[in-house]
Amino acid sequence: MSVLLIAEHNNKEVRPFTYNAITAASQINDDLHVLVLGHQADDVAKSLSEVPNVKKVIHVDNEIYENYIAENYTSAIIKHAENYSHIVSSANTFGKNLMPRIAALLDTSQVSDIIKVISEDTFLRPIYAGNAFATVKSNDKKKCVTIRPTSFDPADKSGGSAEITKSDPAEVSSSTKFLKKEEVKSDRPELGTARIVISGGRGMQNGENFKLISDIADKLNAAIGASRAAVDAGYITNDHQVGQTGKVVVPDLYIAVGISGAIQHLAGMKESKVIVAINKDGEAPIFSVADYGLEADLFEALPQFLSELNKLNTIQK
Amino acid sequence: MKILVAVKRVIDYNVQIRVKEDGSGVVTDNVKMSTNPPDDNAIEEAVKIKEAGKAKEIVAITIGEEKAQETVRKALAVGADRGIHVKVDNVIEPLAVSKILKKIVEKENPDLVFMGKQAIDDDCNQTGQMLAALLNWPQATFASKIEVKDNALEVTREIDEGLETIEVNVPAIVTCDLRLNEPRYASLPNIMKAKKKPIEQINASDLGVDINPRIEQIKVEEPPKRKAGIKVASVEELVQKLKNEAKVI
Repeated sequence: MSVLLIAEHNNKEVRPFTYNAITAASQINDDLHVLVLGHQADDVAKSLSEVPNVKKVIHVDNEIYENYIAENYTSAIIKHAENYSHIVSSANTFGKNLMPRIAALLDTSQVSDIIKVISEDTFLRPIYAGNAFATVKSNDKKKCVTIRPTSFDPADKSGGSAEITKSDPAEVSSSTKFLKKEEVKSDRPELGTARIVISGGRGMQNGENFKLISDIADKLNAAIGASRAAVDAGYITNDHQVGQTGKVVVPDLYIAVGISGAIQHLAGMKESKVIVAINKDGEAPIFSVADYGLEADLFEALPQFLSELNKLNTIQK
Repeated sequence: MKILVAVKRVIDYNVQIRVKEDGSGVVTDNVKMSTNPPDDNAIEEAVKIKEAGKAKEIVAITIGEEKAQETVRKALAVGADRGIHVKVDNVIEPLAVSKILKKIVEKENPDLVFMGKQAIDDDCNQTGQMLAALLNWPQATFASKIEVKDNALEVTREIDEGLETIEVNVPAIVTCDLRLNEPRYASLPNIMKAKKKPIEQINASDLGVDINPRIEQIKVEEPPKRKAGIKVASVEELVQKLKNEAKVI
Protein backbone atom coordinates (compact mmCIF):
# COMPACT_ATOMS: atom_id res chain seq x y z
CA MET A 1 0.00 0.00 0.00
CA SER A 2 1.83 3.02 -1.27
CA VAL A 3 0.59 6.12 -3.01
CA LEU A 4 2.22 7.61 -6.09
CA LEU A 5 1.58 11.31 -6.65
CA ILE A 6 2.35 12.91 -9.99
CA ALA A 7 3.99 16.29 -9.45
CA GLU A 8 3.05 19.34 -11.47
CA HIS A 9 5.91 21.76 -12.05
CA ASN A 10 7.59 23.97 -14.67
CA ASN A 11 11.01 22.27 -14.40
CA LYS A 12 12.17 24.96 -11.99
CA GLU A 13 9.45 25.16 -9.38
CA VAL A 14 6.72 22.95 -8.01
CA ARG A 15 3.30 24.27 -9.04
CA PRO A 16 1.40 25.20 -5.85
CA PHE A 17 -1.52 22.77 -6.17
CA THR A 18 0.92 19.86 -5.89
CA TYR A 19 1.30 20.71 -2.19
CA ASN A 20 -2.47 20.57 -1.64
CA ALA A 21 -2.56 17.21 -3.43
CA ILE A 22 0.28 15.95 -1.17
CA THR A 23 -1.89 16.65 1.89
CA ALA A 24 -4.78 14.61 0.48
CA ALA A 25 -2.51 11.83 -0.80
CA SER A 26 -0.85 11.35 2.57
CA GLN A 27 -4.31 11.01 4.14
CA ILE A 28 -4.92 8.01 1.86
CA ASN A 29 -1.70 6.37 3.01
CA ASP A 30 1.37 7.86 4.59
CA ASP A 31 3.78 5.93 2.39
CA LEU A 32 3.66 8.66 -0.22
CA HIS A 33 6.04 8.72 -3.16
CA VAL A 34 6.20 11.55 -5.68
CA LEU A 35 7.05 11.13 -9.35
CA VAL A 36 8.79 14.06 -11.05
CA LEU A 37 8.87 13.85 -14.84
CA GLY A 38 10.80 16.77 -16.25
CA HIS A 39 13.86 18.13 -17.97
CA GLN A 40 16.63 19.61 -15.83
CA ALA A 41 14.16 19.60 -12.99
CA ASP A 42 16.61 18.80 -10.17
CA ASP A 43 15.36 21.76 -8.16
CA VAL A 44 11.82 20.41 -8.35
CA ALA A 45 12.89 16.97 -7.13
CA LYS A 46 14.90 18.56 -4.34
CA SER A 47 12.03 20.80 -3.20
CA LEU A 48 9.68 17.84 -3.06
CA SER A 49 12.20 15.73 -1.13
CA GLU A 50 12.07 18.39 1.60
CA VAL A 51 8.31 18.03 2.08
CA PRO A 52 7.93 16.09 5.37
CA ASN A 53 4.92 14.10 4.06
CA VAL A 54 6.90 12.75 1.11
CA LYS A 55 8.75 9.44 1.73
CA LYS A 56 10.45 9.08 -1.63
CA VAL A 57 10.95 11.07 -4.82
CA ILE A 58 11.34 9.31 -8.16
CA HIS A 59 12.96 11.62 -10.66
CA VAL A 60 12.92 10.92 -14.38
CA ASP A 61 14.91 13.54 -16.25
CA ASN A 62 14.74 13.65 -20.00
CA GLU A 63 14.15 16.25 -22.68
CA ILE A 64 10.94 14.48 -23.74
CA TYR A 65 9.43 15.68 -20.45
CA GLU A 66 10.41 19.32 -20.90
CA ASN A 67 6.84 20.10 -21.87
CA TYR A 68 3.91 18.36 -20.36
CA ILE A 69 2.42 15.97 -22.90
CA ALA A 70 -0.13 13.56 -21.41
CA GLU A 71 0.81 10.75 -23.81
CA ASN A 72 4.48 10.85 -22.74
CA TYR A 73 3.70 11.26 -19.07
CA THR A 74 1.29 8.33 -19.18
CA SER A 75 3.78 5.80 -20.53
CA ALA A 76 6.27 6.79 -17.83
CA ILE A 77 3.70 6.56 -15.05
CA ILE A 78 2.40 3.18 -16.22
CA LYS A 79 5.98 1.85 -15.87
CA HIS A 80 5.91 2.65 -12.16
CA ALA A 81 2.25 1.91 -11.45
CA GLU A 82 2.60 -1.74 -10.46
CA ASN A 83 4.29 -0.81 -7.17
CA TYR A 84 1.42 1.34 -6.01
CA SER A 85 -2.13 0.94 -4.76
CA HIS A 86 -3.10 4.51 -5.66
CA ILE A 87 -2.06 6.94 -8.41
CA VAL A 88 -3.07 10.49 -7.56
CA SER A 89 -2.75 14.04 -8.85
CA SER A 90 -4.41 17.40 -8.43
CA ALA A 91 -7.75 17.90 -10.20
CA ASN A 92 -6.73 21.00 -12.13
CA THR A 93 -6.17 21.09 -15.88
CA PHE A 94 -2.91 19.19 -15.34
CA GLY A 95 -4.41 16.20 -13.54
CA LYS A 96 -7.73 16.25 -15.37
CA ASN A 97 -5.93 15.88 -18.67
CA LEU A 98 -3.58 13.17 -17.46
CA MET A 99 -5.24 10.84 -14.97
CA PRO A 100 -8.04 9.34 -17.12
CA ARG A 101 -5.45 8.28 -19.70
CA ILE A 102 -3.58 6.39 -16.96
CA ALA A 103 -6.75 4.97 -15.44
CA ALA A 104 -8.03 3.57 -18.74
CA LEU A 105 -4.74 1.75 -19.38
CA LEU A 106 -4.88 0.29 -15.87
CA ASP A 107 -8.55 -0.64 -16.46
CA THR A 108 -9.51 1.43 -13.45
CA SER A 109 -12.60 3.57 -13.02
CA GLN A 110 -11.19 6.90 -11.87
CA VAL A 111 -12.52 8.85 -8.88
CA SER A 112 -12.39 12.50 -9.95
CA ASP A 113 -12.07 15.67 -7.94
CA ILE A 114 -12.34 14.39 -4.37
CA ILE A 115 -12.91 16.89 -1.57
CA LYS A 116 -12.43 14.48 1.35
CA VAL A 117 -10.62 11.22 2.05
CA ILE A 118 -12.91 8.97 4.08
CA SER A 119 -10.76 5.85 3.86
CA GLU A 120 -8.25 4.37 1.47
CA ASP A 121 -11.04 3.36 -0.92
CA THR A 122 -13.87 5.76 -0.04
CA PHE A 123 -14.04 9.42 -0.94
CA LEU A 124 -16.38 12.39 -0.95
CA ARG A 125 -16.78 14.22 -4.24
CA PRO A 126 -19.07 16.95 -5.51
CA ILE A 127 -21.42 16.21 -8.41
CA TYR A 128 -23.71 18.55 -10.32
CA ALA A 129 -21.19 21.36 -9.80
CA GLY A 130 -21.35 20.99 -6.03
CA ASN A 131 -25.15 20.89 -5.80
CA ALA A 132 -24.82 17.40 -4.35
CA PHE A 133 -22.06 15.48 -2.62
CA ALA A 134 -21.52 11.80 -3.40
CA THR A 135 -19.75 9.33 -1.14
CA VAL A 136 -18.15 6.77 -3.43
CA LYS A 137 -16.20 3.58 -2.85
CA SER A 138 -13.78 2.38 -5.49
CA ASN A 139 -13.73 -1.39 -5.92
CA ASP A 140 -10.86 -1.40 -8.38
CA LYS A 141 -7.65 -3.05 -7.22
CA LYS A 142 -5.58 -0.07 -8.24
CA LYS A 143 -7.15 3.32 -7.68
CA CYS A 144 -6.76 6.47 -9.71
CA VAL A 145 -7.82 9.59 -7.85
CA THR A 146 -7.71 13.32 -8.58
CA ILE A 147 -7.86 15.82 -5.76
CA ARG A 148 -9.65 19.17 -5.68
CA PRO A 149 -6.77 21.35 -4.48
CA THR A 150 -8.86 24.05 -2.81
CA SER A 151 -10.38 21.47 -0.45
CA PHE A 152 -7.06 20.59 1.19
CA ASP A 153 -4.47 22.81 2.87
CA PRO A 154 -1.04 22.84 1.26
CA ALA A 155 1.51 20.52 2.91
CA ASP A 156 4.47 21.89 4.84
CA LYS A 157 7.33 22.52 2.46
CA SER A 158 10.39 22.04 4.61
CA GLY A 159 11.89 19.79 7.25
CA GLY A 160 11.85 16.51 5.35
CA SER A 161 14.66 14.68 3.60
CA ALA A 162 13.23 11.99 1.39
CA GLU A 163 15.47 9.87 -0.79
CA ILE A 164 15.59 10.88 -4.47
CA THR A 165 15.96 7.98 -6.91
CA LYS A 166 16.58 8.41 -10.61
CA SER A 167 14.67 6.40 -13.14
CA ASP A 168 14.73 5.91 -16.91
CA PRO A 169 12.33 7.53 -19.36
CA ALA A 170 9.63 5.57 -21.14
CA GLU A 171 8.72 5.64 -24.82
CA VAL A 172 7.86 8.92 -26.49
CA SER A 173 4.70 9.58 -28.51
CA SER A 174 5.28 10.76 -32.06
CA SER A 175 1.69 11.81 -32.62
CA THR A 176 1.52 14.79 -30.26
CA LYS A 177 3.79 17.83 -30.52
CA PHE A 178 4.03 20.74 -28.11
CA LEU A 179 3.96 24.03 -30.03
CA LYS A 180 3.68 26.85 -27.51
CA LYS A 181 2.37 28.02 -24.18
CA GLU A 182 0.94 31.50 -23.70
CA GLU A 183 0.77 32.32 -20.04
CA VAL A 184 -1.76 34.98 -19.20
CA LYS A 185 0.33 38.04 -18.42
CA SER A 186 -2.17 39.71 -16.20
CA ASP A 187 -1.43 41.66 -13.07
CA ARG A 188 -4.54 40.06 -11.69
CA PRO A 189 -4.57 36.65 -10.05
CA GLU A 190 -6.09 33.62 -11.82
CA LEU A 191 -9.83 33.30 -11.37
CA GLY A 192 -9.49 29.72 -10.12
CA THR A 193 -6.99 30.51 -7.36
CA ALA A 194 -7.64 34.16 -6.46
CA ARG A 195 -8.17 35.03 -2.81
CA ILE A 196 -10.80 37.61 -3.79
CA VAL A 197 -13.16 37.45 -6.77
CA ILE A 198 -15.51 40.22 -7.86
CA SER A 199 -18.11 39.27 -10.47
CA GLY A 200 -20.60 41.21 -12.54
CA GLY A 201 -23.91 40.06 -13.94
CA ARG A 202 -26.59 41.27 -16.29
CA GLY A 203 -27.14 44.23 -13.98
CA MET A 204 -23.91 45.73 -15.32
CA GLN A 205 -25.92 46.61 -18.47
CA ASN A 206 -22.93 46.70 -20.83
CA GLY A 207 -19.25 45.86 -21.19
CA GLU A 208 -17.99 49.38 -20.52
CA ASN A 209 -19.57 49.34 -17.07
CA PHE A 210 -17.27 46.45 -16.11
CA LYS A 211 -14.71 49.23 -15.58
CA LEU A 212 -16.48 49.79 -12.24
CA ILE A 213 -15.67 46.17 -11.38
CA SER A 214 -12.09 46.23 -12.66
CA ASP A 215 -11.28 49.37 -10.66
CA ILE A 216 -12.25 47.55 -7.49
CA ALA A 217 -10.47 44.38 -8.62
CA ASP A 218 -7.28 46.42 -9.06
CA LYS A 219 -7.68 47.83 -5.59
CA LEU A 220 -8.30 44.46 -3.93
CA ASN A 221 -5.92 42.45 -6.14
CA ALA A 222 -8.98 40.41 -7.08
CA ALA A 223 -9.83 38.29 -10.11
CA ILE A 224 -12.81 39.31 -12.23
CA GLY A 225 -15.70 36.92 -12.72
CA ALA A 226 -19.03 37.10 -14.49
CA SER A 227 -22.36 35.34 -14.61
CA ARG A 228 -23.40 33.38 -17.66
CA ALA A 229 -26.00 36.09 -18.38
CA ALA A 230 -23.26 38.73 -18.62
CA VAL A 231 -21.17 36.48 -20.84
CA ASP A 232 -24.11 35.59 -23.09
CA ALA A 233 -24.96 39.28 -23.38
CA GLY A 234 -21.41 39.89 -24.63
CA TYR A 235 -20.32 42.16 -21.76
CA ILE A 236 -17.23 40.06 -21.08
CA THR A 237 -15.44 37.01 -22.51
CA ASN A 238 -16.44 33.60 -21.26
CA ASP A 239 -13.10 32.80 -19.65
CA HIS A 240 -14.49 34.93 -16.81
CA GLN A 241 -17.61 32.82 -16.41
CA VAL A 242 -18.26 31.50 -12.92
CA GLY A 243 -20.81 28.73 -12.61
CA GLN A 244 -21.70 25.20 -13.47
CA THR A 245 -20.61 25.55 -17.09
CA GLY A 246 -17.79 27.96 -16.29
CA LYS A 247 -15.29 27.92 -13.45
CA VAL A 248 -15.93 26.81 -9.90
CA VAL A 249 -14.26 29.23 -7.50
CA VAL A 250 -13.69 29.04 -3.75
CA PRO A 251 -12.14 32.38 -2.76
CA ASP A 252 -11.99 33.88 0.73
CA LEU A 253 -14.21 36.71 -0.52
CA TYR A 254 -16.67 36.61 -3.41
CA ILE A 255 -18.44 39.82 -4.39
CA ALA A 256 -21.45 39.37 -6.69
CA VAL A 257 -22.56 42.59 -8.32
CA GLY A 258 -25.77 42.83 -10.32
CA ILE A 259 -26.07 39.05 -10.30
CA SER A 260 -29.51 37.64 -9.51
CA GLY A 261 -28.12 34.26 -8.49
CA ALA A 262 -29.30 31.73 -11.07
CA ILE A 263 -28.80 28.14 -9.93
CA GLN A 264 -26.00 27.59 -12.35
CA HIS A 265 -24.10 30.63 -11.06
CA LEU A 266 -24.57 29.67 -7.40
CA ALA A 267 -23.11 26.26 -8.21
CA GLY A 268 -19.84 27.93 -9.14
CA MET A 269 -19.33 30.16 -6.11
CA LYS A 270 -21.40 29.16 -3.10
CA GLU A 271 -18.51 27.38 -1.38
CA SER A 272 -16.69 30.73 -1.10
CA LYS A 273 -15.78 31.59 2.49
CA VAL A 274 -17.44 35.02 2.55
CA ILE A 275 -20.02 36.10 -0.01
CA VAL A 276 -21.15 39.67 -0.63
CA ALA A 277 -24.14 40.47 -2.85
CA ILE A 278 -24.88 43.91 -4.24
CA ASN A 279 -28.20 44.02 -6.05
CA LYS A 280 -31.07 46.46 -6.28
CA ASP A 281 -33.64 43.63 -6.22
CA GLY A 282 -33.99 42.72 -2.56
CA GLU A 283 -35.70 39.46 -3.51
CA ALA A 284 -32.87 38.23 -5.74
CA PRO A 285 -31.86 34.62 -4.88
CA ILE A 286 -28.22 35.68 -4.53
CA PHE A 287 -29.11 37.15 -1.12
CA SER A 288 -29.97 33.66 0.15
CA VAL A 289 -26.30 32.64 -0.03
CA ALA A 290 -24.77 36.01 0.84
CA ASP A 291 -23.13 36.66 4.22
CA TYR A 292 -23.48 40.36 3.57
CA GLY A 293 -26.18 41.68 1.30
CA LEU A 294 -26.44 45.26 0.14
CA GLU A 295 -29.68 46.22 -1.54
CA ALA A 296 -28.56 49.14 -3.68
CA ASP A 297 -28.11 50.46 -7.19
CA LEU A 298 -24.72 49.17 -8.22
CA PHE A 299 -23.94 52.33 -10.19
CA GLU A 300 -24.03 54.24 -6.93
CA ALA A 301 -22.68 51.50 -4.69
CA LEU A 302 -19.56 50.56 -6.68
CA PRO A 303 -17.98 54.05 -6.80
CA GLN A 304 -18.74 54.41 -3.09
CA PHE A 305 -17.25 51.00 -2.43
CA LEU A 306 -14.06 52.04 -4.22
CA SER A 307 -13.78 55.29 -2.29
CA GLU A 308 -14.33 53.46 1.03
CA LEU A 309 -11.61 50.99 0.06
CA ASN A 310 -9.30 53.87 -0.78
CA LYS A 311 -9.78 55.10 2.78
CA LEU A 312 -8.50 51.80 4.17
CA ASN A 313 -4.78 51.37 4.36
CA THR A 314 -4.61 47.65 4.93
CA ILE A 315 -5.26 46.38 1.45
CA GLN A 316 -3.15 43.31 0.80
CA LYS A 317 -1.27 43.06 -2.42
CA MET B 1 -12.62 13.38 -43.03
CA LYS B 2 -15.25 11.77 -40.89
CA ILE B 3 -16.06 13.11 -37.43
CA LEU B 4 -17.79 11.19 -34.67
CA VAL B 5 -19.31 13.45 -32.02
CA ALA B 6 -20.39 12.02 -28.66
CA VAL B 7 -23.25 13.78 -26.85
CA LYS B 8 -24.77 13.12 -23.44
CA ARG B 9 -28.25 13.81 -22.12
CA VAL B 10 -28.07 15.51 -18.72
CA ILE B 11 -30.28 17.52 -16.39
CA ASP B 12 -30.59 21.02 -17.88
CA TYR B 13 -28.08 23.46 -16.44
CA ASN B 14 -30.86 25.77 -15.24
CA VAL B 15 -32.60 23.15 -13.11
CA GLN B 16 -32.25 23.24 -9.34
CA ILE B 17 -30.85 19.85 -8.39
CA ARG B 18 -32.80 17.97 -5.72
CA VAL B 19 -31.26 15.12 -3.77
CA LYS B 20 -33.48 12.09 -3.20
CA GLU B 21 -34.51 11.62 0.39
CA ASP B 22 -33.14 8.08 0.54
CA GLY B 23 -29.70 9.33 -0.51
CA SER B 24 -29.65 7.14 -3.62
CA GLY B 25 -29.08 9.96 -6.08
CA VAL B 26 -30.73 13.07 -7.46
CA VAL B 27 -34.30 13.45 -8.67
CA THR B 28 -34.53 13.01 -12.46
CA ASP B 29 -38.25 12.30 -12.88
CA ASN B 30 -40.15 15.15 -14.56
CA VAL B 31 -36.98 17.22 -14.72
CA LYS B 32 -35.99 19.12 -17.86
CA MET B 33 -33.17 17.38 -19.69
CA SER B 34 -30.84 18.85 -22.32
CA THR B 35 -27.64 18.14 -24.17
CA ASN B 36 -24.58 18.55 -21.97
CA PRO B 37 -23.48 22.16 -22.76
CA PRO B 38 -19.90 21.55 -23.98
CA ASP B 39 -21.21 18.70 -26.17
CA ASP B 40 -23.12 21.41 -28.06
CA ASN B 41 -19.76 23.08 -28.69
CA ALA B 42 -18.41 19.75 -29.98
CA ILE B 43 -21.26 19.40 -32.49
CA GLU B 44 -20.94 23.03 -33.54
CA GLU B 45 -17.24 22.65 -34.23
CA ALA B 46 -17.78 19.52 -36.30
CA VAL B 47 -20.45 21.31 -38.35
CA LYS B 48 -18.16 24.30 -38.90
CA ILE B 49 -15.36 22.01 -40.12
CA LYS B 50 -17.79 20.33 -42.50
CA GLU B 51 -19.07 23.69 -43.74
CA ALA B 52 -15.47 24.69 -44.43
CA GLY B 53 -15.23 21.67 -46.73
CA LYS B 54 -12.79 19.82 -44.49
CA ALA B 55 -15.10 17.02 -43.34
CA LYS B 56 -17.44 14.83 -45.35
CA GLU B 57 -19.60 13.25 -42.69
CA ILE B 58 -20.61 13.89 -39.08
CA VAL B 59 -21.99 11.05 -37.00
CA ALA B 60 -23.56 11.89 -33.64
CA ILE B 61 -23.59 9.21 -30.96
CA THR B 62 -25.15 8.98 -27.55
CA ILE B 63 -25.20 6.25 -24.93
CA GLY B 64 -28.16 6.07 -22.61
CA GLU B 65 -31.78 5.17 -22.10
CA GLU B 66 -34.43 5.44 -24.83
CA LYS B 67 -34.93 9.20 -24.39
CA ALA B 68 -31.23 9.91 -24.85
CA GLN B 69 -32.08 9.81 -28.57
CA GLU B 70 -33.34 13.39 -28.18
CA THR B 71 -29.75 14.61 -27.91
CA VAL B 72 -28.84 12.82 -31.14
CA ARG B 73 -31.92 14.28 -32.83
CA LYS B 74 -30.83 17.75 -31.73
CA ALA B 75 -27.34 17.15 -33.12
CA LEU B 76 -28.93 16.06 -36.42
CA ALA B 77 -30.96 19.29 -36.44
CA VAL B 78 -27.83 21.45 -36.25
CA GLY B 79 -25.93 19.58 -38.92
CA ALA B 80 -24.92 16.01 -38.06
CA ASP B 81 -25.66 13.61 -40.92
CA ARG B 82 -26.72 10.51 -39.03
CA GLY B 83 -26.98 9.20 -35.53
CA ILE B 84 -26.16 6.21 -33.36
CA HIS B 85 -27.90 5.42 -30.10
CA VAL B 86 -26.29 2.81 -27.87
CA LYS B 87 -28.91 1.68 -25.41
CA VAL B 88 -28.06 1.09 -21.77
CA ASP B 89 -30.56 0.85 -18.94
CA ASN B 90 -28.46 2.13 -16.07
CA VAL B 91 -26.04 4.97 -15.55
CA ILE B 92 -22.61 3.77 -16.58
CA GLU B 93 -19.15 5.05 -15.67
CA PRO B 94 -16.84 6.92 -18.06
CA LEU B 95 -14.58 3.86 -18.33
CA ALA B 96 -17.55 1.84 -19.63
CA VAL B 97 -18.60 4.68 -21.93
CA SER B 98 -15.12 4.83 -23.42
CA LYS B 99 -15.11 1.04 -23.98
CA ILE B 100 -18.41 1.32 -25.85
CA LEU B 101 -17.12 4.27 -27.88
CA LYS B 102 -14.00 2.29 -28.76
CA LYS B 103 -16.17 -0.45 -30.29
CA ILE B 104 -18.10 2.14 -32.28
CA VAL B 105 -14.89 3.82 -33.45
CA GLU B 106 -13.56 0.47 -34.65
CA LYS B 107 -16.76 0.00 -36.66
CA GLU B 108 -17.14 3.54 -37.99
CA ASN B 109 -13.47 4.41 -38.51
CA PRO B 110 -13.78 8.17 -37.94
CA ASP B 111 -10.73 10.42 -38.30
CA LEU B 112 -11.72 12.54 -35.34
CA VAL B 113 -13.83 12.05 -32.23
CA PHE B 114 -15.19 15.20 -30.57
CA MET B 115 -17.02 15.54 -27.28
CA GLY B 116 -17.49 18.03 -24.45
CA LYS B 117 -14.67 18.26 -21.93
CA GLN B 118 -16.91 17.28 -19.03
CA ALA B 119 -20.51 16.31 -18.33
CA ILE B 120 -22.30 18.62 -15.92
CA ASP B 121 -23.99 15.75 -14.06
CA ASP B 122 -21.19 13.50 -12.77
CA ASP B 123 -18.47 16.14 -13.45
CA CYS B 124 -15.97 13.35 -14.14
CA ASN B 125 -14.00 14.83 -17.06
CA GLN B 126 -12.67 11.41 -18.10
CA THR B 127 -14.30 9.94 -21.20
CA GLY B 128 -12.29 11.62 -23.97
CA GLN B 129 -8.94 10.92 -22.35
CA MET B 130 -9.92 7.31 -21.60
CA LEU B 131 -11.06 6.71 -25.17
CA ALA B 132 -7.79 8.20 -26.45
CA ALA B 133 -5.86 5.82 -24.19
CA LEU B 134 -7.84 2.74 -25.23
CA LEU B 135 -7.40 3.57 -28.94
CA ASN B 136 -3.79 4.70 -28.41
CA TRP B 137 -4.71 7.96 -30.18
CA PRO B 138 -3.45 11.41 -29.25
CA GLN B 139 -5.71 13.60 -27.14
CA ALA B 140 -6.33 17.34 -27.22
CA THR B 141 -8.41 18.23 -24.20
CA PHE B 142 -10.20 21.46 -23.20
CA ALA B 143 -9.93 22.83 -26.76
CA SER B 144 -10.73 26.50 -27.29
CA LYS B 145 -9.47 26.66 -30.90
CA ILE B 146 -9.06 23.99 -33.57
CA GLU B 147 -7.23 24.43 -36.85
CA VAL B 148 -7.47 21.59 -39.34
CA LYS B 149 -4.22 20.87 -41.20
CA ASP B 150 -3.16 18.03 -43.48
CA ASN B 151 -3.57 14.91 -41.36
CA ALA B 152 -3.17 16.90 -38.17
CA LEU B 153 -4.95 19.38 -35.93
CA GLU B 154 -3.47 22.39 -34.26
CA VAL B 155 -5.39 22.73 -31.02
CA THR B 156 -5.27 25.54 -28.49
CA ARG B 157 -6.06 24.25 -25.02
CA GLU B 158 -7.38 26.05 -21.97
CA ILE B 159 -4.99 25.40 -19.09
CA ASP B 160 -4.63 26.94 -15.64
CA GLU B 161 -1.71 29.15 -16.67
CA GLY B 162 -3.39 30.40 -19.86
CA LEU B 163 -3.32 28.74 -23.26
CA GLU B 164 -1.28 25.89 -24.67
CA THR B 165 -1.07 24.95 -28.34
CA ILE B 166 -0.31 21.41 -29.43
CA GLU B 167 -0.38 19.57 -32.71
CA VAL B 168 -1.94 16.14 -32.80
CA ASN B 169 -1.83 13.73 -35.72
CA VAL B 170 -5.12 12.41 -37.07
CA PRO B 171 -6.81 10.22 -35.91
CA ALA B 172 -7.30 12.09 -32.65
CA ILE B 173 -9.70 12.78 -29.81
CA VAL B 174 -10.66 16.36 -28.99
CA THR B 175 -12.59 17.42 -25.90
CA CYS B 176 -14.22 20.81 -26.25
CA ASP B 177 -14.30 23.80 -23.95
CA LEU B 178 -17.15 26.32 -23.85
CA ARG B 179 -14.86 28.94 -25.37
CA LEU B 180 -14.44 26.96 -28.59
CA ASN B 181 -17.42 28.48 -30.38
CA GLU B 182 -20.98 29.73 -30.06
CA PRO B 183 -23.38 26.82 -30.65
CA ARG B 184 -26.14 27.66 -33.15
CA TYR B 185 -29.82 27.10 -32.65
CA ALA B 186 -31.57 24.66 -34.94
CA SER B 187 -33.97 26.28 -37.39
CA LEU B 188 -37.48 24.88 -37.68
CA PRO B 189 -36.93 23.52 -41.23
CA ASN B 190 -33.75 21.81 -40.03
CA ILE B 191 -35.57 20.32 -37.04
CA MET B 192 -38.12 18.89 -39.52
CA LYS B 193 -35.37 17.57 -41.80
CA ALA B 194 -33.59 16.00 -38.81
CA LYS B 195 -36.63 13.83 -38.18
CA LYS B 196 -35.90 12.02 -41.42
CA LYS B 197 -32.23 11.45 -40.73
CA PRO B 198 -31.40 7.88 -39.64
CA ILE B 199 -30.53 6.89 -36.07
CA GLU B 200 -29.09 3.41 -35.71
CA GLN B 201 -29.93 1.67 -32.45
CA ILE B 202 -27.47 -0.71 -30.85
CA ASN B 203 -27.82 -2.57 -27.55
CA ALA B 204 -24.76 -2.09 -25.37
CA SER B 205 -25.06 -5.75 -24.37
CA ASP B 206 -24.40 -6.75 -28.00
CA LEU B 207 -21.04 -5.01 -28.04
CA GLY B 208 -19.32 -7.47 -25.72
CA VAL B 209 -17.74 -4.99 -23.35
CA ASP B 210 -17.72 -5.00 -19.57
CA ILE B 211 -19.82 -2.05 -18.45
CA ASN B 212 -20.39 -3.14 -14.86
CA PRO B 213 -19.78 -0.43 -12.28
CA ARG B 214 -16.47 -0.39 -10.43
CA ILE B 215 -17.46 2.43 -8.14
CA GLU B 216 -20.12 2.00 -5.52
CA GLN B 217 -22.18 5.07 -4.83
CA ILE B 218 -22.72 4.83 -1.09
CA LYS B 219 -24.83 7.92 -0.68
CA VAL B 220 -25.69 11.23 -2.24
CA GLU B 221 -26.44 14.12 0.06
CA GLU B 222 -27.05 17.83 -0.05
CA PRO B 223 -24.01 19.97 0.51
CA PRO B 224 -23.89 21.72 3.88
CA LYS B 225 -26.21 24.74 3.87
CA ARG B 226 -24.82 28.21 4.33
CA LYS B 227 -26.09 29.94 7.38
CA ALA B 228 -28.22 32.97 6.65
CA GLY B 229 -26.35 36.22 6.30
CA ILE B 230 -27.34 39.76 7.06
CA LYS B 231 -28.34 42.78 5.02
CA VAL B 232 -26.20 45.85 5.49
CA ALA B 233 -27.64 49.34 5.17
CA SER B 234 -24.79 51.11 3.44
CA VAL B 235 -21.54 50.66 1.55
CA GLU B 236 -19.71 52.08 4.53
CA GLU B 237 -21.17 49.41 6.82
CA LEU B 238 -20.32 46.73 4.26
CA VAL B 239 -16.67 47.75 4.12
CA GLN B 240 -16.45 47.93 7.92
CA LYS B 241 -17.96 44.43 8.25
CA LEU B 242 -15.59 43.01 5.65
CA LYS B 243 -12.63 44.55 7.40
CA ASN B 244 -13.46 44.10 11.08
CA GLU B 245 -15.87 41.16 11.25
CA ALA B 246 -15.06 38.91 8.28
CA LYS B 247 -11.45 40.16 8.12
CA VAL B 248 -11.19 39.47 4.41
CA ILE B 249 -9.98 42.87 3.24
